[in-house]
Amino acid sequence: MQKTPVFPCEDGSRVPYKVFSSQEIYDLEQERIYKGPTWSFLGLEAEIPNSGDFKSTFIGDTPVVVTRAADGSLAAWVNRCAHRGAIVCRLNRGNAKSHECVYHQWSYDLQGNLAGVPFRRGQKGAAGMPADFKPTEHGLKKLRVESYRGLIFATFSATVGDLKTYIGPVMRPFVDRIFNRPIEYLGCTRQFSNSNWKLYVENVKDPYHASLLHLFHTTFNIFRVGMKAHCASDGELGLHSIIMAIKDQEGTEAAYKDQKIRSYDQNFRLEDESILALVPEYDIVATNHIQPIFPQLVIQQIHNTLAARQILPKGPNNFELIFHFFGYADDPPELRALRIKQANLVGPAGYISMEDTEVTELVQNGTASDRDANSFVEMGKGQPDESDTLITESLIRSFWTGYEKLMGFSAEAAS
Amino acid sequence: MRMEALLVRLEVQEILDAYISAIDEDRLEDWPAFFTEECLYEIIPKENEDARLPVGVMRCENRRMIRDRVISLRNANIFSPATYRHFLSGLTIKKTETDSVEFSCNYVVIRSNQAGQSFVYQTGRYHDRIVREEQAWRFAQKRAVFDTSRVQTLLAIPV
Repeated sequence: MQKTPVFPCEDGSRVPYKVFSSQEIYDLEQERIYKGPTWSFLGLEAEIPNSGDFKSTFIGDTPVVVTRAADGSLAAWVNRCAHRGAIVCRLNRGNAKSHECVYHQWSYDLQGNLAGVPFRRGQKGAAGMPADFKPTEHGLKKLRVESYRGLIFATFSATVGDLKTYIGPVMRPFVDRIFNRPIEYLGCTRQFSNSNWKLYVENVKDPYHASLLHLFHTTFNIFRVGMKAHCASDGELGLHSIIMAIKDQEGTEAAYKDQKIRSYDQNFRLEDESILALVPEYDIVATNHIQPIFPQLVIQQIHNTLAARQILPKGPNNFELIFHFFGYADDPPELRALRIKQANLVGPAGYISMEDTEVTELVQNGTASDRDANSFVEMGKGQPDESDTLITESLIRSFWTGYEKLMGFSAEAAS
Repeated sequence: MRMEALLVRLEVQEILDAYISAIDEDRLEDWPAFFTEECLYEIIPKENEDARLPVGVMRCENRRMIRDRVISLRNANIFSPATYRHFLSGLTIKKTETDSVEFSCNYVVIRSNQAGQSFVYQTGRYHDRIVREEQAWRFAQKRAVFDTSRVQTLLAIPV
């Protein structure tokens, strides 16, 4: 255990800058989070619909492959040959009946079992493998893999509960809201940020920034702080959360005028407003549904664009962010076209998302040099039960509290 | 016939050079005029294009959406100042008609930031169609299919 506490307090309102750039903490995260009692999002079932379809991805730093077996079940394994450690599957995506390491042609079935070792029994007097060599002991490292409504997760942990329990009763209705029927994968976009992965987790738990950083909303009169909101964390560690901005016709321009906020501007109008259409699809008509399921997934509905965002850490100072766009299999053509058009709102060139990786880099650059100073996270702290406002940092505090426990940084975890 | 093909090639090179100069010299207000009113401009990763998946990083389905991009970039979106330099190669004319030419060519965008670093920001290939409109050539289609699927930080300025 750490002799001095990493965090100065346990309510999540102070975050030491070092957690965003320390290699030591990053290495510990790999063990305690990504290889710990969590389920990491790997992809959508719709990406690998047929038996033999596979996708290469990561859990934290560890390369993994998720594939669909002949019987339609899912399998996931660490993408590292049991022989000498080479990457086995070298393609991002594809279809294969088995996977073979190119180095010495050790081959594995779709479940990751060792199926063949060349010259195992030797040749022309060469002895081959020792007589006690058991192929069953030299398969690929297999992971527990489960799917919840078409979202595929895997875990290294033998002890964490099933995926449904991990997502939990508070978060499940919101996952169900989006994943209510079969989906179709529409492609992905990838971006790379020179900042720590947790800065992005903070960002998707931060409704306070939405209308202040993303000026597209307010410049074109799309989104107002006064919109009805729903913000909640899961009831367990508080690492998952939901933010919904619920459509409300009442303008709150006066609220902005009073605050003298730079984003207030009445003059701009889009020439093509179809990009901001909102075809009602759900019981609750929300413009935004942002739901991180810790540590690697963010479910997103913004207007009619739908995506499962995957956050992959790439060392303490970098992360990759992959948007997996999708629609429903029964989309009428006009609605499908609208989803594709509204992909303009998000992703690397997104009207209302491009700034996110910009600001996470600003924080990274600002904090790297003064590792023992802390960020200040107190908005809405006086009203811990307030869930109907976007002017709050309660989800961020909840996240850090859960992070401290999971990482063994808090007194509760240490006792 | 060879002379005609050469003239087409020169006209294509002229509009391509004018197009990249407008972007590289930060004359984004001039950018929409390179397109016809009904047009398609998109930037899509090759990964999706190859898999016949439709989603890209930017997609304007008419010139109004292109103008909206410019207004948003100038007034709403926040990004670090950067300079692009485009380099084009491998121009292939695919189809020539009286008032329409289809062609493709490679592009490289080198991006320079405030710290004075330059790096390859994006490589890809344009798949374009220009049409003659009121004596001028304009893009009816410009599709930038890019190889550098992992976009560094963000993509604000068009390619």
